[in-house]
Amino acid sequence: MATAIHEVSPADASAHPAAESIVVRFAGDSGDGMQLTGGQFTLSTALAGNDLATFPDFPAEIRAPLGTLFGVSAFQINFGSTAIETAGDMLDVLVAMNPAALKTNVDALKPGGLIIADEGEFNQRNLDKAKYAANPLDDDSLARWQVLRLNISQLTVDAVKPFGLGNKDALRCKNMWTLGLALWMFDRDRQPLVDWLKAKFAKAPTLAEANIAALNAGHAYGETAELGGGVRQHAVPAAPAEPGLYRTVTGAEAISLGLVAGAQLASLPMFFGGYPITPASAILHHLSRLKEFGVTTFQAEDEIAAIASAIGASYAGQLGVTSSSGPGIALKGEAIGLAIMTELPLVIVNSQRGGPSTGLPTKTEQSDLYQAVYGRNGDAPMPVIASRSAADCFEVAIEAVRIATQYMTPVMLLTDGYIANAAEPWKVPDTSALEPFPVAFLEQAPADGFLPYARDEKLARPWVKPGTPGLLHRIGGIEKKQGTGNIDYSPANHQEMTDTRKAKVDGIAVPDQQVELGEASGKLVVVGWGSTFGPIHQAVRRARRKGLDVAHVHIRHIWPMPANLGVLLKGYEHILVPEMNTGQLKTVLRDQFLVDAKPLNKVSGQPFRIAEIEEAIAAYFDGVPGNEGGEVPVNAQQLPTPQSGHDDGTLRGTSSPQSDPSATTRDGDATRRDADAPQSAG
Amino acid sequence: MNDMTPIATKPKDWETDQEVRWCPGCGDYAILKAVQRTMPEIGARPENTVFVSGIGCSSRFPYYMETYGFHTIHGRAPAVATGVKLANPDLDVWIITGDGDALSIGGNHTMHLIRRNLDCQVLLFNNEIYGLTKGQYSPTSRVGTQSPSTPFGSVDRPANPCAFALGSGARFVARGIDVHKNLVGVLKAAYAHKGTSFVEIFQNCIVYNDDVFAPFTDKKQGADQNQLWVEDGKPLVFAGATKGLALDRDRLALKVVAADDPDVIVHDKTNRTVAHLLVEMPFGEFPMALGVIYEDPAPTFESAVVAQNEQASAGKKPDLAKLLAKGQTWMVEKEPHAV
Repeated sequence: MATAIHEVSPADASAHPAAESIVVRFAGDSGDGMQLTGGQFTLSTALAGNDLATFPDFPAEIRAPLGTLFGVSAFQINFGSTAIETAGDMLDVLVAMNPAALKTNVDALKPGGLIIADEGEFNQRNLDKAKYAANPLDDDSLARWQVLRLNISQLTVDAVKPFGLGNKDALRCKNMWTLGLALWMFDRDRQPLVDWLKAKFAKAPTLAEANIAALNAGHAYGETAELGGGVRQHAVPAAPAEPGLYRTVTGAEAISLGLVAGAQLASLPMFFGGYPITPASAILHHLSRLKEFGVTTFQAEDEIAAIASAIGASYAGQLGVTSSSGPGIALKGEAIGLAIMTELPLVIVNSQRGGPSTGLPTKTEQSDLYQAVYGRNGDAPMPVIASRSAADCFEVAIEAVRIATQYMTPVMLLTDGYIANAAEPWKVPDTSALEPFPVAFLEQAPADGFLPYARDEKLARPWVKPGTPGLLHRIGGIEKKQGTGNIDYSPANHQEMTDTRKAKVDGIAVPDQQVELGEASGKLVVVGWGSTFGPIHQAVRRARRKGLDVAHVHIRHIWPMPANLGVLLKGYEHILVPEMNTGQLKTVLRDQFLVDAKPLNKVSGQPFRIAEIEEAIAAYFDGVPGNEGGEVPVNAQQLPTPQSGHDDGTLRGTSSPQSDPSATTRDGDATRRDADAPQSAG
Repeated sequence: MNDMTPIATKPKDWETDQEVRWCPGCGDYAILKAVQRTMPEIGARPENTVFVSGIGCSSRFPYYMETYGFHTIHGRAPAVATGVKLANPDLDVWIITGDGDALSIGGNHTMHLIRRNLDCQVLLFNNEIYGLTKGQYSPTSRVGTQSPSTPFGSVDRPANPCAFALGSGARFVARGIDVHKNLVGVLKAAYAHKGTSFVEIFQNCIVYNDDVFAPFTDKKQGADQNQLWVEDGKPLVFAGATKGLALDRDRLALKVVAADDPDVIVHDKTNRTVAHLLVEMPFGEFPMALGVIYEDPAPTFESAVVAQNEQASAGKKPDLAKLLAKGQTWMVEKEPHAV
């Protein structure tokens, strides 16, 4: 969502007319360059002024065997002329580069939707691998849809013939051919792509020319061939958006930028300790290129060293930051406790993925809320904030830095695999409007003497940089005496220090909770957090169009919660909490406010569909008692379900597809690409 | 930039007001005194000195040094110290650890600290036992060590700290003894070395593992015969300069020979191969090698990080507004673009 909250206007009250928004999914082998194709299509779509949301869906295996069902890599984009907040429920167009891509994705296609299939890849070998008994392009199994079969492989090879590439390299250009066709279908400008290819292959002009030729050939094919059925140019008008400068941004990029901005606002150099883990590595990759902003990145030997080094850097006077996903956060647990005990600022970013254990490394989930709020030994309170979208990550990262440095505490920032990888248009913020919060290190003993655990009005202790004469002191994870910080196990002191740590975090100034959509009281409120914002917002909007008394509340500050939240929630008759977990925020809300929050849960590794939340809302208005909330049934139609897979966490240590440093434009802008496309653009 | 000018201090200036809480007679007291005596000799400034420790008896050390100090969590002192030194390379960083802290729970961090060659001193207090948890055997305990967790004797073979350090790529490896006068000299050499200076200190645990090092630390048990204090450029002789070490060329191993044997090796502290042989000598048949066994400086981690940070930033202005507007952008005017 590019803009602030839209109120429903009569114009967009017609519930998502097809012409206003189109969902396209590019699916192929993980070697076919689908992430790159999708990423470039996203860019051209954004340049055309459409609002959009994307959903990259790639296999856990970096090089899954060719043509297999679990090696399918897909990229979905929803773009349109209204505010887009989700990657779309059902597809209008599916581009299937091989039988496996067709099989795993076709159920998500709307009846009557368009399949573009590369028939050159529908050979016996690939059909066998995809477990098709017969060629689906030849029988009537695809009768519900329109099928456009093209020998994209051959057309591509023909198009790039003049450049003398080998067959393998020639075939690698077929994603560009496909992209050319897609650009024609949706009337997108090719020039940015041409510029990008030229920059990307500046050292290999032949490859640049070949890829451009493939792109142009795909486009020309659309223009000149007499394509049947639904293949026609779709003009999707631009979405209304607040005036200003826009770019696309992924969550990982926005968090990195927000951390850099936060460090600047705090007047601190930043130290980032990280360890490779999907889907969090992209933050390490982005920050490692920003050294001129005073950023030191350290790829540690493990997750524990990553956070421990960040704590050491904070102790020495920098902004310590670490980042990981659920399994890595678990390893950091003891060190988080050390930061709480020593009361040092620290930002911990958790890009959540499916769990427990290794779980689903490349799929999204929100199941680390308990871990964030409660997951440490001892009474160990820590602020937790969550971002709702890629663009929101920027602000949330600044907020995390602000709280950490103003209150001398570690802060956990929750994001997830969906937000981290998804791109959306982002209105470039005006940096002059950002409020600085410079850190004041203690440099001289106060008149009444220096105490390392003295408290200010926020209960924060002073931050002293080693190297400062006259303020020598020792800190550690062992219980400290209030004031002096000396070791003290005495009962009264531990009670007092535990109470103080809790009071400090409870007292963090958190903005009052706003209602995103609807009234501040009424029949039903749908309460969300994190990346469910899009589907909840759309579902509530649609329900309100139908006249239902429902509101949307989305919580950024998970801990401590906004002071008015309890009163606000009690103003509604019913509370529904959709989450991609088994009910974690629901539990916290019940505990904090004694309200009857009902869960709506989905743990299939995929985001909520709007329709699923709409149905759950409708259950409160259908007069049928007892059908509210519950678990969303797994829907095979929504998105591909891998047939098998064998990821054992080996993604650690390999570059993630979305941030391969070699995939860089001349702007230094890391660009999406598949992992195994080392030579051509795809 | 910190003021780095050396200053004059006395050992007493390095003591804190905290009551030292080790068991009476613990070797840690002697090490603490040796460190407090070392500080004035190297001209260290208290405010530029940081002691970072893990968990264990040894790791209470920072509370007793009038410097900056960080008592961290079990095994993680090298990682915390890495962050401290990278954030402020001007600081003198000392890591205080033990055999369990550095080689068991923190073995991974110790290895990577040494491999990266962060400029710091690692003082590993080796008492071959878990003291703070009441006497379980440790990764350096000898086979057969009876302890609460091994009532029938331990069966696993011990780690050799100096061999571990060399194997991890250490550029400075030394050994000392808690109560020996040479410890200050070893600590001074460790401080002077730029890079990770790894010092194994044999430390007697009077409660759980008393006298385990006595054959080479206790004069009454003939320790003088069994100490080999190595010195760069001097022959490797011991037992009152009656015996020496030479190379058994057929087996590529060390052998004990008479001190006047012309084959006695002259110690070259940059000879990594001989260093390996010295730290792995089986005690009994051979003496215990002590002092600065190996030193051959290499570029330090923090200097490489700082250099790369500077190089990558050269000529670039940290313009946040420009960074945010990077990549392909578009303007939305009052009315959206027509397609």
